Amino acid sequence: MSQSYNRGLIEDFGRWKEFSAGMWAWIFHKFTGWMLIGYLFTHIAVLSTSVGAAGNEAAIMAESDVYTTTLQGLEGLFLIRLLEVGLLAVAVFHILNGLRLLMVDLGVGLEAQDKSFYASLVLTGAITVASVPTFLTGVSL
Amino acid sequence: MSTQQAEPESQEAPEDPEMKGAESPAAEQQKGGGMVDEQAEKEAELEGETVHIKVFRYDPEVEGKQEPRFDDFHVPFTKGMTVLDSVMYARDEYDSSLTFRHSCRQAVCGSDAFFVNGKQRLGCKTQISDLEQPVRIEPLPHQEVVKDLVVDMDHFYDQMHAVEPYFQDEDTPETDALEEQRQSPENREKIKMSSRCIWCGACMSSCNIAAGDNEYLGPAAINKAYKFAMDDREGEEIKEHRLRILEQEHGVWRCQTQFSCTEVCPKDIPLTEHIQELKREAVKKNLKFW
Repeated sequence: MSQSYNRGLIEDFGRWKEFSAGMWAWIFHKFTGWMLIGYLFTHIAVLSTSVGAAGNEAAIMAESDVYTTTLQGLEGLFLIRLLEVGLLAVAVFHILNGLRLLMVDLGVGLEAQDKSFYASLVLTGAITVASVPTFLTGVSL
Repeated sequence: MSTQQAEPESQEAPEDPEMKGAESPAAEQQKGGGMVDEQAEKEAELEGETVHIKVFRYDPEVEGKQEPRFDDFHVPFTKGMTVLDSVMYARDEYDSSLTFRHSCRQAVCGSDAFFVNGKQRLGCKTQISDLEQPVRIEPLPHQEVVKDLVVDMDHFYDQMHAVEPYFQDEDTPETDALEEQRQSPENREKIKMSSRCIWCGACMSSCNIAAGDNEYLGPAAINKAYKFAMDDREGEEIKEHRLRILEQEHGVWRCQTQFSCTEVCPKDIPLTEHIQELKREAVKKNLKFW
């Protein structure tokens, strides 16, 4: 063979319509995993910089300490409340699909792996929708 | 090197001796060439009895064909026509330079795995009437294309051989004491599916992990290893040796259970299941309670 042709990544996202259930599960699991890691670090950054009130009893009682004001400020933003719904969806899917993968690892119900993926999607959707009123109306601190 | 074949010949299709038996009168009328000239296109539309296939073309040895492209062929439809039948017709009647591997035509030899309408399928096992038209026929993804639908299988075979796909026995008896090595029906049942592999390479081509990690053994090779590792006739030591190969960095642990291989396997081998079972075997082997 003198020469050959490398077609590269022809099975890339351009072919998303042809992906099967297992493939989608894999993509969503990776995606939600990275989202949760991103959230975790943001979470640590926000909370660790808003504990300035430690020890200041008076400020805490008056609800004017850094921690309370930070959270009240964040919860006051509609965008943040919307993102919380997204965070819940991401976390719930990751948990449910994680359980599915646990079953796959144990060799249980591999022939129903596509159904369990759809089930975790539906359940994620249901839980997310159910959470919308709670999150969007805002939490009173 | 000739440049005359910049375009595939769109010669008139003579009557086909092979497919004649079962074809409809409309199919016989269809004499239009393989190329999409407008007339042929219209003819095909009118008759509704031809199958429109788009075939990936590439030939490094002919100038003007070095740039990959798709050729359209309109093949007269006959009852029971497979994807392989359609490309064979296109080659025999329209463009003799169309190249692809095939041999037994009954899903045993494993030569004709193509990427058909976005999925790895065995050409001879796929009914063309089940597919949406135009039927896109491409070489297997993630393998170098040698010519048209022919891909370089060397890497696939290397991975297959890497798992030592042959029966091994630590103590072969003396020559005069040789006898059959019998397998229990239960054990045979256990490895039955894994023994169906025809080395077509569809699974390896469908696997995203194998595409990104050239050292990954891939589903076919792991399945082949499963066949021997699960065979009771091989001794414990050989099984351990096999698991040592499989539990390496680019062995079973690369599998991320996308189920792509299981999805495309033309022999319906539960590849993911076998890989998962070997993962558990590998863990069990290394677990120590002391």
